[in-house]
Amino acid sequence: MAVETKINLKELASKPEKFAPGHRLCAGCAEGIIVRQILNAIDDPVVIATATGCLEIATSMYPNTSWRVPWIHNAFENAATTAAGAEAAYKALVRKGKIPDRNVKFLVFGGDGATYDIGLQWISGAFERGHRIVYICLNNEAYMNTGIQRSSATPTGAHTTTSPAGEVVPGKIQWRKPITEIMAAHNIPYVAQASPSHWRDLMIKVRKAVATDGPAFINILSDCNRGWRHDTATTIEVSRLAVETCYWPLFEVENGVWKLNYKPREKKPIEEWLKMQGRFRHLFQPKFRHLIDEIQARIDQEWEKLLERCGEK
Amino acid sequence: MAELKGWKELPIGATVLEPGSSAEYITGTWRSQRPVRDEEKCTHCMICWVYCPDSAVIVKDGKVVGFDYDHCKGCGICAHECPVKVEAHAVTGKPGKVIQMVGEV
Amino acid sequence: MVKQIVKALDGAKAVAEAMRQIEPDVVAAYPITPQTEIVQTFSQFVADGLVNTEFIPVESEHAAMSACIGASAAGARVMTATAANGLALMWETLYIAASMRLPIVMSVVNRALSAPLNIHCDHSDSMGARDAGWIHIFAENPQEAYDNTIQAVRIAEHPDVLLPVMSMQDGFITGHGVERVEILEDKAVKEFVGEYKPLYSLLDIDQPKTFGAWAFYDYYFEFKRQQTDALSRVPQVVKEVGKEFGDLSGRYYDLFSAYELDDAEVAIVVLASTAGTARVVVRKLRREGIKVGLLKPRLYRPFPGKELVEALRHVKVIGVMDRSIAFGSIEGCGPLFLDLCASFYTYGNGKGPQIVDYIFGLGGRDIIPEQIESMVKELLHIAETGEVRQRVSYLGLRE
Repeated sequence: MAVETKINLKELASKPEKFAPGHRLCAGCAEGIIVRQILNAIDDPVVIATATGCLEIATSMYPNTSWRVPWIHNAFENAATTAAGAEAAYKALVRKGKIPDRNVKFLVFGGDGATYDIGLQWISGAFERGHRIVYICLNNEAYMNTGIQRSSATPTGAHTTTSPAGEVVPGKIQWRKPITEIMAAHNIPYVAQASPSHWRDLMIKVRKAVATDGPAFINILSDCNRGWRHDTATTIEVSRLAVETCYWPLFEVENGVWKLNYKPREKKPIEEWLKMQGRFRHLFQPKFRHLIDEIQARIDQEWEKLLERCGEK
Repeated sequence: MAELKGWKELPIGATVLEPGSSAEYITGTWRSQRPVRDEEKCTHCMICWVYCPDSAVIVKDGKVVGFDYDHCKGCGICAHECPVKVEAHAVTGKPGKVIQMVGEV
Repeated sequence: MVKQIVKALDGAKAVAEAMRQIEPDVVAAYPITPQTEIVQTFSQFVADGLVNTEFIPVESEHAAMSACIGASAAGARVMTATAANGLALMWETLYIAASMRLPIVMSVVNRALSAPLNIHCDHSDSMGARDAGWIHIFAENPQEAYDNTIQAVRIAEHPDVLLPVMSMQDGFITGHGVERVEILEDKAVKEFVGEYKPLYSLLDIDQPKTFGAWAFYDYYFEFKRQQTDALSRVPQVVKEVGKEFGDLSGRYYDLFSAYELDDAEVAIVVLASTAGTARVVVRKLRREGIKVGLLKPRLYRPFPGKELVEALRHVKVIGVMDRSIAFGSIEGCGPLFLDLCASFYTYGNGKGPQIVDYIFGLGGRDIIPEQIESMVKELLHIAETGEVRQRVSYLGLRE
């Protein structure tokens, strides 16, 4: 679909910010970076629904709010449905002539917990019904707000408090749920994966999603320096490396057509990415090292599959 | 505590009527280090602006003019991602990037 | 009084008809027996272009109330319907809807909660939600179900209230029972409910607001107190709307209705359709010279304790009939018994009738006049001898 792909940061920086400072997100939290990139990339009036989680808690502690746009929090699992209800109300009220049509866009923010686990049914239902909502998953790969518990997005081998690395168990056993694929299988018009390290790609994707006449889904890797255990300054570097190792490929599915947006010139070994994060530290012990090879093998396999799907082979 | 409103005065339903009211909350006290910029060498590429989680890079007329120290949490992403190298930073004197982190007093 | 036409409708279709005339902006609903007819009938109205309503066929009851919350926050007039486990599934969202002060109107066709799975009538579903902060109104028959639905919109949206309303009718008995229902003209209903003007709207782009903020211990308490405050104004609003509705239709509504109560020595207190059966018994016993009366509460939450005590204080013995058990409550009693006892303790000045409880009709177990008669006989025994043989009894239970 045709959207403005030209991005002039100075121009974007001249517009008022829709996301106010003073929120309680941790220093260096990718969610703050991502929300700013998203809201600075689009000009349409937005209404935002957010699931319970870091972003919601940090930005809406009564009587403070970081939102300079209409915003609603309902419960943990139902952000998509809340937005769907608001979208339906908008349609009804405009149709009845009770409010003017200002081309309002409905955005949803949900963490991986809300998206992959507890809220999957609600998103699936909203997508099946074809609501014009843009669902953004802020994937920090665990239930971070409650203190780093595993979700089905948590990568294999990661230490979380409910999938801890111990003497005999090396962190999370299961592979992460292929949520982007699952959303694409709903046959909604726009699905994508993005990373704030590649902000131009992310912003274009958000513009496309918002312009979609139907449901759209973007899964964005949202580094958590607390839960992933690294210095606050390396958030973007870790995100970038996730893309360069093909751990977090950047691709989109537009009307069922898979397209790869970025192919690393030199595919880096996953070990480099694992090394940067304390949550994988135990994997470097001799008894667990074999897991790194298994993880690499699986990443390679998924990457090959993606290349094929995107017609890159 | 004396300033908090009673139940009769608060808007119903815990609805917050003032957009962006979190700006009055100072998060600048969180940090243990702060970013400083070599103003002359800065190319105003806006990379620090696009990567700041706290809208703490102040931009006016297409130029970075400073940092919002009321809200900057000192994460250091701006310094880490700044693409412009300097040999002697105007503030710290050290080689590195245009933005460098210095310890909070 | 305006022109009305008489239709043969079951309670579900009567509610659907009221919904058609109200023409809400959004309806988000999920099917569950015995409410399905409401949603099906309304869907047909949508398909036939008879209503300008955005109908969201959600994928669960939790999604239904979630969507209703989003739509109501966006300033739309929102309605839905459910029963039993569907109501149970949306439990957290009931509290959220009431706490966010959203005037959603939900029809609840009372059905037993599992387990065992049972699709028939009892009040365990809505009673289980009595603390959620919603307004509860009960209908005895399809006419009342129709009338209550229309009034519910006005009660919920009243600026002194702004709380969601649950409008109950007995599953199958009323929901699937066809009766004679007087239907107002479409125009009359539209005029009665008027336009909904939300206090705050999510769609206010120019003055954006934040809905559903979280509150620390320094604020949460105050918002709960506000809810109690709003609920305290509900009885007056219910009376005002009931009178206005009466002027329009000829059918006047209040907080409760009384039958042969003025000089009664013993009284039956019962909700919903069973009141009809009880009325037949009262009429029969009165012909035999027995001074028995009936009180049918209509508004259940907030509980109009003061008014009920006023109406019942002269009576010697009250037999409450509960169509649900408030498990773990004293002697295994039901919620209506608890509310009434608390009311007499609070407003009765330490004096009042003997009150006993009769659990009946669970899982749709039939209640017949003979059983109610035997209950009245027991009330008379208590009145005569002062002896309460059993505080909580059961009607129709196989021992």
